[in-house]
Amino acid sequence: MTQWTLDPETRTTEPASLPKMRGENVNVFYGTKQALFDVNLAVPEHQVTALIGPSGCGKSTFLRCLNRMNDTIDIARVEGEITLDGRSIYDPKIDVVELRAQVGMAFQKPNPFPKSIFENVAYGPTIHGRASAKADLEQIVVDSLRKAGLYEEVKERLHEPGTGLSGGQQQRLCIARAIAVAPEVILMDEPCSALDPIATAKIEELIDELRENFTIVIVTHSMQQAARVSQRTAFFHLGVLVEEGPTSEIFTSPNDKRTQDYVTGRFG
Amino acid sequence: MMTAHIVASFDDELAKIDLLITDMGDLAQTMLADATRALVEADLPLAQRVISDDVVMDARQREIDERCVALIAKRQPMAQDLRAVIGSIRIASDLERIGDLSKNIAKRVGAVGAGPMQRRFSHSLSGMTGMVGDQLEGVVRSHVTKDVDALVTLRADDKRIDIQYTAVFRELLTYMMEDPRNITACTHLLFCAKNLERIGDHATNIAENAFYMTTGRQLPADRPKTDETTHTGS
Repeated sequence: MTQWTLDPETRTTEPASLPKMRGENVNVFYGTKQALFDVNLAVPEHQVTALIGPSGCGKSTFLRCLNRMNDTIDIARVEGEITLDGRSIYDPKIDVVELRAQVGMAFQKPNPFPKSIFENVAYGPTIHGRASAKADLEQIVVDSLRKAGLYEEVKERLHEPGTGLSGGQQQRLCIARAIAVAPEVILMDEPCSALDPIATAKIEELIDELRENFTIVIVTHSMQQAARVSQRTAFFHLGVLVEEGPTSEIFTSPNDKRTQDYVTGRFG
Repeated sequence: MMTAHIVASFDDELAKIDLLITDMGDLAQTMLADATRALVEADLPLAQRVISDDVVMDARQREIDERCVALIAKRQPMAQDLRAVIGSIRIASDLERIGDLSKNIAKRVGAVGAGPMQRRFSHSLSGMTGMVGDQLEGVVRSHVTKDVDALVTLRADDKRIDIQYTAVFRELLTYMMEDPRNITACTHLLFCAKNLERIGDHATNIAENAFYMTTGRQLPADRPKTDETTHTGS
């Protein structure tokens, strides 16, 4: 067992395309409890990066750092550097509202506003001043619903409540809402965990299509989902980024024993 | 030492597949040894046993296929488990082919005949038989013990079998040129030699798959080939 054992040196660890976002030496604390330890991770442009790991491993915490969602938690403290196109997103000069338009988010449970389908999607572009005329706004809403793969299903009832849609449709509505403000990155925190297999398949299909225009980071508990939708996978455990690499390698021949044990279902 | 799965029955299912592969490996070795002994000793009952063993071999392969397909459907294996399942399907297929080729040797025992000349011809295959048997035994054992260095060496050793095959080919051609009455027996023996050479190739495939299962890496494709029979004129 000499030269034939797994050699981390021979691995392709650098993403193929340029990093859209990058975390360097990211440490996160909730009060005195440290949740992330020196995480270094590049998110390549126009690719889907999946964050996997057992509950409490820090993957959602890292995701929430990428658009400063942790700012909303009083006891949370983020150290290190996170950049979007090379510019620090924790720079005091950054407008957080603008940042969250650039780095949009879809959550585990679909959370449409208690408004019509149209208003759900129109809300973001209106407050961000993306549409000056009514016709522009309508175009943005239709385009966003189309990109989210929902338009054909709802075009006859755009003014009915968004909450009247099925779970899968609501989730696509929330994705349309994120798309409407023309983000560059979309963060998804277990976007399919509350959906049935058909709705899940539609979201997965959508993620693959969205990759052409957006950079996507997804947190998922389903290893098969990560294997299906992502190009890069990062495995977190106990707040540490254990291993990151091309998805095909992480799921067929991971380097680290912890990754092997987790992806094969040996984690106790 | 491999950590156990959270779901214990997953481990049981993988262990059962391993066990079946080991069984098939043992049976393939027995069939090969019996077929070549039946040939050299003109032992028809032994040849018949090899032919009936092939039915068991086929059944084992089908069982492995079914178990692997069911395991993929139920467990969606990942990483080394995925490699183990895919590798087992491939290795079972190679072992099943080794069974077929051994059976084919056994079926020729009657046609080669039992005269003193025929026995002399058959003996020309003895050296090759030993090599192929050792090769097969080596890859099956190294697969079980996950000895990747041995697998790499065994894979490279296949060229010795190819060289021996070329020598047997030339020897049998000589017998045929000496006396046309030798042609029937020697032609059958040529097929037997080709079967042995093919068994060597299947053993090489097993070594490559076993290596992949253990390491997650593919061996380079450029293994040297030394079968020169296509250049051997009469």
